[in-house]
Amino acid sequence: MTPLNYFVVLSAVLFVIGVAGVLLRRNVIVMFMSIELMLNAVNLAFVAFGRQLGNAEGQVIVFFAITVAAAEAAVGLGIIIAVFRNRMTLNADELKLLRW
Amino acid sequence: MNTLNLANLGFAWLPLLPLIAVAVGAAIILLVGVRLEDEDSAGLGILALGVLLVSFVCTLFTIGVNAEAFGGALLTDDYTAFFEIVIQAAAAISVALSLDYAADNGLAGAEYYSLVLFAVLGMMLMAAAGDLIIVFLGLETMSIAVYALAGFVRREARSSEAALKYFLLGAFSTGFLLYGIALIYGATGTVHLDGIRAAIVARAASQPYLELGVGLMVIGFGFKVAAAPFHAWTPDAYEGAPTPITAFMATGVKLAAFASFVRVFMIYLGPAAAQWSGVLWVLAALTMTVGNVVALVQDNIKRMLAYSAIAHAGYALVGMTAAGSAAAVLYYLVAYAFATLGAFAVVIVLERRATAGLRIADYRGLAQTRPGLAAAMTLFMLSLTGVPPLAGFVGKLYVFAAAVDSGHVPLVVIAVINSAISAYYYIGVIVAMYMQEGTPEIEPSGASPGVLIGVAIAALAVVLIGIAPTPYMNAARDAFAAAAGPPAQATAFAR
Repeated sequence: MTPLNYFVVLSAVLFVIGVAGVLLRRNVIVMFMSIELMLNAVNLAFVAFGRQLGNAEGQVIVFFAITVAAAEAAVGLGIIIAVFRNRMTLNADELKLLRW
Repeated sequence: MNTLNLANLGFAWLPLLPLIAVAVGAAIILLVGVRLEDEDSAGLGILALGVLLVSFVCTLFTIGVNAEAFGGALLTDDYTAFFEIVIQAAAAISVALSLDYAADNGLAGAEYYSLVLFAVLGMMLMAAAGDLIIVFLGLETMSIAVYALAGFVRREARSSEAALKYFLLGAFSTGFLLYGIALIYGATGTVHLDGIRAAIVARAASQPYLELGVGLMVIGFGFKVAAAPFHAWTPDAYEGAPTPITAFMATGVKLAAFASFVRVFMIYLGPAAAQWSGVLWVLAALTMTVGNVVALVQDNIKRMLAYSAIAHAGYALVGMTAAGSAAAVLYYLVAYAFATLGAFAVVIVLERRATAGLRIADYRGLAQTRPGLAAAMTLFMLSLTGVPPLAGFVGKLYVFAAAVDSGHVPLVVIAVINSAISAYYYIGVIVAMYMQEGTPEIEPSGASPGVLIGVAIAALAVVLIGIAPTPYMNAARDAFAAAAGPPAQATAFAR
C-alpha cells in the first residue's frame, strides 16, 4: 500500500500549483481552471485520508465537492460570458471599472 | 413493496421546517414566475416575503427545542434559531428594498427572488451545521446564489464585473476552506464537530495536520466575513452589485459566515484555542485598521459602507478572541445588521440609474428636502460609529468589555482608536446632509413604500435594541449556551 504521505504531498503540490495559477495568471478562464485544480487537489487529500482512516466519510465528501464544483462552474462560466459580452476582454488587469 | 417509514429515520421534522419552508418557497416562486411577465416581479417579491414569514413562524416553534437531525449533521438548537431569525429579518428587509428596484431595472423577478431564498437556505444551513460537510454545502449554496445575484444586471458592465471578482475570490477561498476541512478530517478522523472536539480534548489529533487545517479554515472564513487581508473583493463586489443585493451581502452573508465561524471555532475548536486565538487577534487588529483608514478616503457611499462592513467584521473578531464573549459577538452582529440595512435602504432612495447619486456629495442638503430620511440616516451612521444610546454603542460596549475581561487590553485600545477614526467618515455623511448646501434631486420612484418601510423598521430596531438591550443580550446568551451544551459538559471540556 502506497504510504499516506505520498498522496498528501502530491495533493499539497497540486494545491500550491492551483494557488500560484490564480495569483500569477491574468486570464480569467485560466484562473478559474486553477481554482478547479485546487478543489481536485483537496479531493485527492480527502480520498487518501479516507483510505488511511478506513472510513467512508472521506470518499462521500468528494462526491459533494464534485457536485458543488460543477454548480460553481455553471454559474461561474455564465458570469464570465456576461463579462465578455460587456467588455470583450477576459484579462483580469483590464477589468478595472471598479477599482480592483 | 417496501413502505418508507419516516418515523424510522430517527429525526424530528419540526426543527427542520424553517429550512424546508424556504427551499419549497424558492421552488414555488420559480414555478409561479414562469406564468408571469417580468413587470409583475413585485408580486413575486411579496410571495418571497410570505415565504420568509412562514419560515419565521416555523422558527418560533423551534425555540427551546434543542434537537439534532441526520445524526448530528444539523443542530437545531437556540443558536440556530437566533441566527435564523436575524437572517430572515435581513432577507425580508432586502426583499422589501428590492420590490421596486427589481421592477424598475427590469430584473426577472422569479429568478431574483428564488435566488435570494436559496441563498437564505444556505445561510440557515451554515448556522445549523453540526458537521464540516454541512458548513461547506451551506456556504456554497449561499455563495453560488449570491454570485449570480451580484451579477444580476447582466447588461451593466459594473454588475457583471462585480460578480466576476466576487466569484473568483469566493471560489478561491472555498478551496482554502475545503483543504482546511480535509486536513482536519485527516487529523481527527471525522468531520463531525462533536468528534473533532472529542479528538482534540483527548489529544488524539495529529498536530501538524490540525494546525494547518485550522489555519486554512481561518483563511476561508476570513474571506467570507471580509477580514483583512482577505477583503480585496469586498469594495468592488459591494459597489457593483445591485444595491438591495449589496445590503443582503453585507448583512445576510456576513451573519451566516459569522454564525458558522463562531460555532466551529469558539465551541468545537475551543479546546485548541491556543492555536488560533493569536491569529484572530492579528486579523482583528488589521481588519479594523484597514477598513477604517481606507473608508476615510472614499467618496462613493457604497464603497464607504463596504469598508465600514470590513471594519465591523474586525470589531466582531475582537469578540471572537475572547473566550467568554460569544454572546456579545451575536448581539454586535444584530446591531450591525440593522444599521447597515437601513443605511443601504437610504442609499437606494437617493440612487438613480447609471450609478448617479452615489457620491457622498450627493447627500448635501438632504435634511432640507427629506428631513425624515436624513434623520434616519443620521441614526444609522451614529449607531455604526457607536454613539449611545443606539444599538451599535451597546454592542461595542459588550464586545470590548468581554475582550478586556480576558486580558486583550492592547486589542481593545486599537479598537477604540479605530472607533474614533470611524467617527470622521460616518459623521462626514451627517455633516453633508445637515450643514452643507445642495439640492439632491430625488426621483419619486426611488422612495417606494417597500424601501421606506425598510428604513423605518431598521431605524426602530437600531433605537429599540440600543435602549433596551437586555432581552436581546439574554437571547444571545441563551443561544450560545444552547450551542455550547449543558453546563456539566462545558466544565468537562474546560478541564
